[in-house]
Amino acid sequence: MNGVRMLLYKEVLRFWKVGFQTVAAPVLTAVMYLLIFGHVLSDKVEVFDDIGYTRFLIPGLVMMSVLQNAFANSSSSLVQSKITGNLVFLLVTPLSHWAWFTAYVGASVVRGLSVGAGVFLATAWFSPPGLAQPLWILVFALLGAGMLGALGLVAGLWADKFDQMAAFQNFIIMPMTFLSGVFYSVHSLPGFWYQISHLNPFFYMIDGFRRGFFGVSDVSPWLSLGVVGACFLAVSAVALHLLKTGYKLRH
Amino acid sequence: MPAVSFQDVCKTYAGARGTLRALDGVRFDIAQGEFFGLLGPNGAGKTTLISILAGLTRASSGRVTVMGHDVVADYAAARKALGIVPQELVFDPFFSVRETLRIQSGYFGLKHNDAWIDELLQELGLADKAGANMRQLSGGMKRRVLVAQALVHRPPVIVLDEPTAGVDVELRQTLWQFIARLNREGHTVLLTTHYLEEAEALCSRIAMLKQGRVVALDRTANLLAGTASTMLRFKTDQPLPAALAGQARVTGRIVQLKAHDAAEVETLLAALRAAQVKVEDLEIGRADLEDVFLEIMQGATA
Repeated sequence: MNGVRMLLYKEVLRFWKVGFQTVAAPVLTAVMYLLIFGHVLSDKVEVFDDIGYTRFLIPGLVMMSVLQNAFANSSSSLVQSKITGNLVFLLVTPLSHWAWFTAYVGASVVRGLSVGAGVFLATAWFSPPGLAQPLWILVFALLGAGMLGALGLVAGLWADKFDQMAAFQNFIIMPMTFLSGVFYSVHSLPGFWYQISHLNPFFYMIDGFRRGFFGVSDVSPWLSLGVVGACFLAVSAVALHLLKTGYKLRH
Repeated sequence: MPAVSFQDVCKTYAGARGTLRALDGVRFDIAQGEFFGLLGPNGAGKTTLISILAGLTRASSGRVTVMGHDVVADYAAARKALGIVPQELVFDPFFSVRETLRIQSGYFGLKHNDAWIDELLQELGLADKAGANMRQLSGGMKRRVLVAQALVHRPPVIVLDEPTAGVDVELRQTLWQFIARLNREGHTVLLTTHYLEEAEALCSRIAMLKQGRVVALDRTANLLAGTASTMLRFKTDQPLPAALAGQARVTGRIVQLKAHDAAEVETLLAALRAAQVKVEDLEIGRADLEDVFLEIMQGATA
């Protein structure tokens, strides 16, 4: 049990030591989104009744930052360690696949929530979104960060090069987060795209998370919980299986 | 119970040009407290064998145990008993030397390990670098940290995979003094090296690998005794006669010729005189491990 704690601590320390890049930079990016999109789109995008666009945008930006940074943490740590070769220090330890999973995903959750909290604090005073059902906020932040942390673990194990990692991030993670309803309510979309959005698990994360702030959402938070929970379990099962079999780790 | 046991270990890699057999039925034991040498040319399978021992690679068939623990089925106990110094000079650029050692201790569940970490830093000449970031260290210093990292959990079995490759004389001596001390205190040491004089000086028993097979396994003294006992060494600038050129080992100006007895030495010298080869710095000496090594590598058919 001690070993897991040390690996978690090391993974947190790793991103914290470069906190400008891993925490401050994504917070600044989210504030930029808020300033620019909030200004440009505030009269053009129709969201929930009685909720201004900037208010609506804040929880989405917070969640988007949580998800992207949770993914970035486990994936970049693993790929770097694999490519520089220092993963050997971990491979020779008695730590089990559960220990690896817990520590890498745990550190991803810590990074995701740190950035999310930073984005919230930096943006909330523009237009405080309110805390209607705070338990949903917590549940979706944790599950979303956990799922993306596990997905980052899978991607980090799979990728042999930084190039492949960047492809995973830019061609899968980015489009899925951008098209999940961060910047709009899916009800404003034409029929086809409205249907497609419901196949994107990221949509349920954002929608459920937003529910915690406003008490309203596009779909039932229980449906979102079911979808996000199932995705988390599925991705975790894959990650654990890869770790246990030593996929691309132990040849 | 042996410290390390290799039982019919095979490893094949499926490549583009068919399958490559890196290890082919390797079988030997290393007793507790031994200082054991694993020798062989590049590509003989030394590092593959050690990687299987450490759990970094999996054997295609066969079994390996460390202090009685199977490295696959009982990996946690096996890895606790093993300290590996990897061949590649790897490090984590995010941390200082002391942080690196504390983290490594933590992976093994050791919380208050600073007394031992301080001793390691002292013994390996790293005490004044404890606070330095890994990136700032020279290659030799990084190598010392690798050794310290392998020893944080006081493993009964220590594996050094070519630890002195590209390392200066001072570190070599510091390192061997410390490793020899650990060996006296009961740690088992497994060493692979290209420096045969090191193996001769340190190892009580030696296995030689060639193309994935063990081609020699004996006490170092027996290996040395079992070969042609006399070597004729001299320097020359001239080409050797064809009859001698075939059996000579030439390194630059230095020529070494094997002789089984005094009569053969005379025959060799006569042949050199007949060919009018001008000989400098002539000496007659005992064969060393390098001669044994070459003899075995040339003789062994894999």
